[in-house]
Amino acid sequence: MSDNNKTLMQKIRGAGWSAIAILFAAGIVFWGGFNWALEMTNREKFCISCHEMEENVFKEYRNTIHYQNRTGVRATCPDCHVPKEWVPKMIRKIQASKEVYGKVMGTINTPEKFQAERIRLAQNEWRRMKANNSQECRNCHNYEYFDYSVQGRRSNQMHQTGLAAGQTCIDCHKGIAHQLPPIAQDIGADHGGVVPEVMHPQPPKAQ
Amino acid sequence: MKKPTRKLVLAFVAALGLAAALPPSASAQAVKSIRGSDVSAPEAAPGGFKPIPDQAPIQRDYVQQPPLIPHKVEGYEVTKNFNKCMDCHAWSRYKETGATKVSLTHFKDRDGGELSNVSPRRYFCMQCHVPQTDAKPLVGNQFQRAEGLR
Repeated sequence: MSDNNKTLMQKIRGAGWSAIAILFAAGIVFWGGFNWALEMTNREKFCISCHEMEENVFKEYRNTIHYQNRTGVRATCPDCHVPKEWVPKMIRKIQASKEVYGKVMGTINTPEKFQAERIRLAQNEWRRMKANNSQECRNCHNYEYFDYSVQGRRSNQMHQTGLAAGQTCIDCHKGIAHQLPPIAQDIGADHGGVVPEVMHPQPPKAQ
Repeated sequence: MKKPTRKLVLAFVAALGLAAALPPSASAQAVKSIRGSDVSAPEAAPGGFKPIPDQAPIQRDYVQQPPLIPHKVEGYEVTKNFNKCMDCHAWSRYKETGATKVSLTHFKDRDGGELSNVSPRRYFCMQCHVPQTDAKPLVGNQFQRAEGLR
């Protein structure tokens, strides 16, 4: 009888418990290393290590309330652009491999190229945030705990009607941390841009 | 010309020349520009004024006055791509947002011809309509609201 006829369990038993312990430890090291590497790509420092990000979106973001405000609570790039839950995070990270391709090919490596692509890139992100009910906003801004009495006259009224109609954050709050792409507004000659149906989608309950 | 007269004229001209040669600051010391410092000097600090929070529309003081902005406008984007003001105040948006709609006077070209949408020469809203801060008036005054608006 040769070794080939032994089952897997018999083989493991043959190798002994020490081998199992080594495999287990290797697993911990591998998993820890994987998570560590993933977390390294989930930091603002990593995001702006590409000049595409640093020269365009990061510069704009520095003028907004999510970068600097009176209490110093900050949202960094991944807080809004990478899901916190494991499965959606993995999906987003795999999708992001296309961004590596864009980086290598220099798709948006000048401000001019970036401006030309902004309308497409912005709508990608709006679509993603609408699909997951603005989950990244809600990680910090939970509307169940909104105190309408201390909100301003306008936000108080709009939040209550909007949320009652089933709208999500990104339906209204576009361009809050970055500049907007061209938006079709009825001023002078028609310049094209994002159409009103995308900029201000109808609430689901009104359709 | 007689000698004493000529001397008098010469003295007068000399006095004028001396006055012109003196630095003008000597006579203009009392005058201070609103800017408060020389053009080349660094800008004076704006003085921590706070924007006034949302309030009801502010009454006008005279009929031609561009209505004041009764809310905060910090971080509002007005660029080539997008005009945040028009996102609420446009005729297509004001019903949903509850904002005041843009005046009909903004639908004219520079020759007075009627337009079907807002004239691009009105694009920069905050050239005329201004937000309010808690700053006190720089000088005391007795300005009264126009009689018809009191």
